[in-house]
Amino acid sequence: MRAYPIKSYGITPNTPLHKELSRCRVALITTAGLHLQEQKPYNDRIIGGDCSYREIPNTLETQSLALGHRSKAFDASGTRDDINLVFPLERFRELENEGKIGALNDRHFSFMGSITKPRPLIEKTAPEVGQKLKADGVEVAFLTPV
Amino acid sequence: MCNQSVGLIQRAVELAGVSTVSITLDESITKRVKPPRALAVPYRFGYPLGEPNNPALQHAIIMEALALLQDEAPPPILKSSRRAPCAVTLG
Repeated sequence: MRAYPIKSYGITPNTPLHKELSRCRVALITTAGLHLQEQKPYNDRIIGGDCSYREIPNTLETQSLALGHRSKAFDASGTRDDINLVFPLERFRELENEGKIGALNDRHFSFMGSITKPRPLIEKTAPEVGQKLKADGVEVAFLTPV
Repeated sequence: MCNQSVGLIQRAVELAGVSTVSITLDESITKRVKPPRALAVPYRFGYPLGEPNNPALQHAIIMEALALLQDEAPPPILKSSRRAPCAVTLG
């Protein structure tokens, strides 16, 4: 399945959390290729993968999300049954209601998977999302692959 | 490969000043990408939170991952989940 080399990366960035989770603003990020029905689907014809992202509003009904990531590398049937398997928004809403996290951010983000040439992701789209989350006052991001 | 992309996005978000934690389904990739904090779970691709329609399991995995934010060891932190693998059902 791994048909391309995975590079080794250098020093790990570190933003330690100096605050209780129950007071933190939290956002979700997934590489499940999720998008709203009205958003442009990901482009699976881009060689090396589509490094773009979609904003997912916190208010959405999770059933209305479309799963854009189709790959032979994983079984998507579980996600079709329950989107929380890859994008646990309802679980985090419960944590918010229970006071275990401070608040969910107004927006979350989805990327596409199957990116074999991640340079645009590293140089442009992932830092952009980082800046947007920082500007939103997000203190914790929770990330899930598929 | 999703697990590589997650690690790369995570590094960028952490660099922007947001604390991050991720789930990984492929420890060997995560060891190379070295995101700040990751919880390796014993599930197959497509099942990072274990099982569909099993809120208790999903909740437990999320809490186990969030606990890594309180870990005082210097990143990268990569821990294996204590959860048992789910039975694999072949469709």
